Amino acid sequence: MGRVLLVGRLAVRNVRRRPAEAALLVLAIMAATTILTLGLALHGVTDDPYQRTREATAGADIVASVGPLEVAPGRAAPVDLAKLEALSDAPGVVDHGGPYPATTTQLEANGVRTEVWAVGRDSAAVSVDQPKLTQGSWVQDGGVVIEAAFANALDVGAGDQVTLNGRSFQVVGVAVTAAAPYTHVCFGHPVCSFFFGSVPAWVRQGPPAERPDGQTATVDVGPPPDDAGLVWLTRTDARGLAPAAALSYVMNLKLADPAAAPGFVDAHSPTSWDALFLASWLDIRETYGEFVQGAQRALVTFSSLLAVLAMASVAVLVGGRMADQTRRVGLLKAVGGTPGLVAVVLLAEYMVLAVLAATGGLTVGWLAAPLLSDPGAGLLGSAGAPSLTLSTVGVVTGVALGVAMVASFASAVRAARTSTVHALADSARRPRRTRWLIALSTRLPVPLLLGLRVIARRPRRVVLGAASIAVTVSGIVVVLAGRAAMASDWEGPSSLDPQADRANQVLLVITIVLVGLAAINAIVITWAAALDARHASALARALGATPGEVSAGLSAAQVLPAFAGAVLGVPAGLALWAALSNDEANPTYWQLLAVVAGTVLVVAALTTIPARIGARRPTAEILQAELP
Amino acid sequence: MRDTADTAVLRARGLRKEYGTGEGLVRAVDGVDLDVAAGETVAVMGPSGCGKSTLLHLLGGLDRPSSGEVWLGGRRIDQIGERALARVRRTDVGIVFQAFHLMDELTAVENVELPALLAGRSPSVARRQAASLLERVGLADREGFLPSALSGGQRQRVAIARALSNEPLIVFADEPTGNLDSAATVDVLRLFDSLRVAGQTLVIVTHDARIAATADRLISMRDGAFVDETRLTGGSTGQLGALVGLEG
Repeated sequence: MGRVLLVGRLAVRNVRRRPAEAALLVLAIMAATTILTLGLALHGVTDDPYQRTREATAGADIVASVGPLEVAPGRAAPVDLAKLEALSDAPGVVDHGGPYPATTTQLEANGVRTEVWAVGRDSAAVSVDQPKLTQGSWVQDGGVVIEAAFANALDVGAGDQVTLNGRSFQVVGVAVTAAAPYTHVCFGHPVCSFFFGSVPAWVRQGPPAERPDGQTATVDVGPPPDDAGLVWLTRTDARGLAPAAALSYVMNLKLADPAAAPGFVDAHSPTSWDALFLASWLDIRETYGEFVQGAQRALVTFSSLLAVLAMASVAVLVGGRMADQTRRVGLLKAVGGTPGLVAVVLLAEYMVLAVLAATGGLTVGWLAAPLLSDPGAGLLGSAGAPSLTLSTVGVVTGVALGVAMVASFASAVRAARTSTVHALADSARRPRRTRWLIALSTRLPVPLLLGLRVIARRPRRVVLGAASIAVTVSGIVVVLAGRAAMASDWEGPSSLDPQADRANQVLLVITIVLVGLAAINAIVITWAAALDARHASALARALGATPGEVSAGLSAAQVLPAFAGAVLGVPAGLALWAALSNDEANPTYWQLLAVVAGTVLVVAALTTIPARIGARRPTAEILQAELP
Repeated sequence: MRDTADTAVLRARGLRKEYGTGEGLVRAVDGVDLDVAAGETVAVMGPSGCGKSTLLHLLGGLDRPSSGEVWLGGRRIDQIGERALARVRRTDVGIVFQAFHLMDELTAVENVELPALLAGRSPSVARRQAASLLERVGLADREGFLPSALSGGQRQRVAIARALSNEPLIVFADEPTGNLDSAATVDVLRLFDSLRVAGQTLVIVTHDARIAATADRLISMRDGAFVDETRLTGGSTGQLGALVGLEG
């Protein structure tokens, strides 16, 4: 018990003795734990708003649709409406709405032209899937109701004018539905580009053979609606938007047991090429969640990059602190502390800080999660504060402790193994001699000569610095690739992309944290290098190097590895992106070049101040006070 | 006493260095006037803490005085900018420290060539010159050794070779034998004597009477000020051993 008390007391005292370094350590680990908490906390946050919307709209358990079956270019078999209607009598179905005519058409509003999925509805309310109005009134002849998320993206509301297929309509209302998330409304089309779950077998089998004349109609089915919005209008108006042969039909079904919806879909989905398509409410709920899941995946992925960066920060800080604690280690051993006890004392300090960082990360991540969990205008209500499950707490704490342990273990064990006499003498760790770098440096200008020699003294620190930059640059490359993928995936007008705002927010947060942590690393590493090389720098000045040359040398010692790290980070980032996504979108060469050049410039700028401070310390004082 | 004022390589007037303020004010150097002629060897002696090293740092351009003037090679250096001062240290001054201050990770020859590289000499010229200097200090066979593999006396000889690297106007030595045993001290004394004979201007700060005895002029220092000055006959190598009592 006494030993535990001693370890705890020494750990806490040491944290208090160097509060600035302790704070930096906590910050570095907290950056990773916050992002991880955010990512984990977003899991399932749209479930509640979806449930609220489903209840408010008497949401369907099954959305079934059927469309014209294209059997040859420009020729389609007529819609088999009987097959759709038969579903209303299927076992387990207790209520239904429709079939409603629907078609893909062009909408124009506020100068923006985009595809929409237009569904013809009755003016009277129905018992299954009656969209809940958030503005205005329900459909009437010449009056269109726009799905709320889509209306939000279009920036239109009740009273505005839009055109559908060139015909003018007044927006009479805005409503939410639990039946079709904005942009995922391609039901009723035989080659829907969006499928819930796996690709159905009938799609893999390919289209049927062309039917005899008389069984097909000349109609352009057109490509499936992609990234389209949803509007409702009267049946008459909907039929007026397309020829009868091109119309699809949608029917909403209510089951006695909503939980049986996936089974119902499996039982009634076609087994051969057909235009019938069924989706359960659980599939649709998951699709709403996808808006947030993209952000969640990005946050969880980037939290691992941040954990690596945090390790680099912690390793450098720990190295500096350990050098400062050499005498303390000697004293501990001199009074009878075993190497094991010494190692435990040193590690305990970092474990305490890791627990603090985990707590901080959990708190900040939990508080910040609602900012990213907004379900959007398409669902009713907000997601509220996400739940912090025991597993989230466990994972986040584990990551924080892991980062601290990995980064400090080697230093702690090395310190514990130091001989007592050596530790009591508090002699500095001898610098390494990297022969080829020293030989190479003689051929370079003075700042590079000094810089290379600083690098040659502590190669491990240089590797950490380069790794830190490589991780940051690879993260930025993934962010750029993600943005490129978003831009190429979204086929509609960019202003209507419902994910853009959230994605931009997430990518901005990730970029800021990545760059912030890398900046902390660059400054900490430069400062550590400046302190470590203070004797060599003072000596170089005594021998005639100017403060500017010494300062430039210290900066060069960071910029050269940063350049190497940035260059390595580009292919690493592209490889990471390839592993994370099937999307072939990549950043442009100019962007990649700019990242490398920008990184080098930023590191040069960031290291200037610590390098200048380090280079301007009084020469005589250092040489007088410090013996090599 | 020879008048050195007109031919002085180094001149200091009213040199002061103060630390702290009010009651805590310490005058490490207090109104020092000094002229050192070309080729002269001056020893500054005094007890520990009397301000000898601080004076040497001021004269060598490692530190700036609180007041007073320092002239080196006819140029006032106490007011010039850091870059210019660095150039002075690079080309006009060589410094030998008590603690050697060699770079641990560099070999003897790499340590010696460092000032030449800082001065922009080509690597091959710097290396040739460094090898030659090491030969001059008797360490030709140790040029590839790291400082940790050299004895104290050898390290100090490497440091002296480094101080001579850019053929300075003046070499300052701060307690050059303070960390050496008797045998190594004799080696270093011989080396300084050979420099004196070769006409190198030397200012040696020491509290060791044996070193002081090898100088042309001995200045005693106490509480930051010069209190006495004695002109010596100067030791040749032959006289040195007997003078310092280290050889029979």
